[in-house]
Amino acid sequence: MSLLKVDGVSKFFPITGVKQPFCVFRDVSLRVEEGEFVSVLGHSGCGKSTLLNIIAGIDTANDGYVFLDSKEIIGAGLDRMVVFQNFALLPWLTVYGNIRIAVKAAHPDWDKSDIHAWVQKYINMVGLSGAESKRPSTLSGGMKQRVGLARAFSVEPRILLLDEPFAQIDALTRGVIQEELVRMWNATGITIFMVTHDVDEAILLSDRILLMSPGPEAQIREEIIIDLPRPRSRTTIIDDPLYYQLRNQIIKFLSNKNDTGLIAH
Amino acid sequence: MNSTNKSWVTLSLLLLVIFIASWQLISMVLKNLPGPMPVAKTAYFFLSDPFYDNGPNDKGIGILALYSIGRLSVGFIAGSFVAIVLGVILGLNQTLYKAVNPYIQVLRAISPIAWMPLLLYSVQNSNATALLVVFMASVWPTLANTAFGVSNIKRDYISVSNILQIHPVSKVFRVILPGAGPTIVAGLRISMGSAWVAIVPAEALLGSLGLGYFVWNEWNNLSLTSVIFAILIIGLVGVLIDQLFNALARRLAYVD
Repeated sequence: MSLLKVDGVSKFFPITGVKQPFCVFRDVSLRVEEGEFVSVLGHSGCGKSTLLNIIAGIDTANDGYVFLDSKEIIGAGLDRMVVFQNFALLPWLTVYGNIRIAVKAAHPDWDKSDIHAWVQKYINMVGLSGAESKRPSTLSGGMKQRVGLARAFSVEPRILLLDEPFAQIDALTRGVIQEELVRMWNATGITIFMVTHDVDEAILLSDRILLMSPGPEAQIREEIIIDLPRPRSRTTIIDDPLYYQLRNQIIKFLSNKNDTGLIAH
Repeated sequence: MNSTNKSWVTLSLLLLVIFIASWQLISMVLKNLPGPMPVAKTAYFFLSDPFYDNGPNDKGIGILALYSIGRLSVGFIAGSFVAIVLGVILGLNQTLYKAVNPYIQVLRAISPIAWMPLLLYSVQNSNATALLVVFMASVWPTLANTAFGVSNIKRDYISVSNILQIHPVSKVFRVILPGAGPTIVAGLRISMGSAWVAIVPAEALLGSLGLGYFVWNEWNNLSLTSVIFAILIIGLVGVLIDQLFNALARRLAYVD
């Protein structure tokens, strides 16, 4: 049985002055298995972040259902942690405080030393030891997202939802953090659902890529299994002939539509 | 950095000298206006023993200032508490906020002194009335700012607290109040300013012991040097209080 099941989900936005609401995407269905890394790849504006927010429970669908562990999702919950594109760290808290607030929320019955040990474990996991007392505003984009990842992992959710997590990080740091994410994914065996518009990132990280057509009325049109051997790295993956085959297949699908919101390096 | 620091201090002192010199000149033209020297003598007299206590109507300027500050604190704390609680509720409920906001704007435009006759007539007690005037002066700017600050907290912060399922009470104290903190403190600062401005006429008119009472009393004694001295003290205490809020604002500031 699938861990995450999205069933016929549609999203409309009302437009002022127009009777017919704007349909972002229609009848989207997908499955994510336990331990899998699945990405939705699509043009900017196809509603993939909205889809992620609906799964997270911080946005609502106009039609359809989302199930996690066969239970219908109503509202947000600690079983689904989001890593945001713009980090969404609380700026008045330190690095330590941002992770501690999550650990305390997940384990209200723990005492101080339990919480401290747990927070420190995840700070160390993302390589931020020494930066505990820094405020987010003093960190680089890469370090901010490390805090975002530590916060999400520290709660040990059933599924991790990544909303274009590396889009605001400079290209050199991006590769390093992508590999760290894979390492943490392997170490924890967590299930990951990611939305992105970066073709290479999706191939590097995913077991499966779902291709979304551009909006309005976007739909998931195609599924691509990425059976490149793991561990993958940015430097070796490009030597695999299958890599270009997959990449071309994806680019061909996406460039059938006249949109330029896609990164193909 | 150092040289710019020094230059503003020099300029500031120069302005003070110009001010005192002009005051001296004006007082030589307007014979009724006491000049700086007699005021300085009066100041020396009052400040040499600021905490004397010769019965209910004759107390040192320090004691009178403490009376005013005490009254200000009680009214301000009560008013701010009410304002912040209501502000958070309004800020979290857009419909309620929109419905109530016009009334806040009307109430905020009314001088707290304008309430005084009505309050005095209703509660029949001058001390309680003075407190209520300070309360009235304290509520509106903080209420308006809190509601605005809370309703404008970045959606991401609210999303994070929703995803983490933070308990509603913790959410208020750990996310909403810190998020709106700088805006709330800006409101508190305006409130404090307006309360301090209101307390002087309130004390003067109600005869409640304090700096405002002192001003009025000395006017009745036709002791203009004392009136001017009191004006200076009121200004200085106001600045000191504002510095507290400045420090608080710095503590709560955050960079997004």
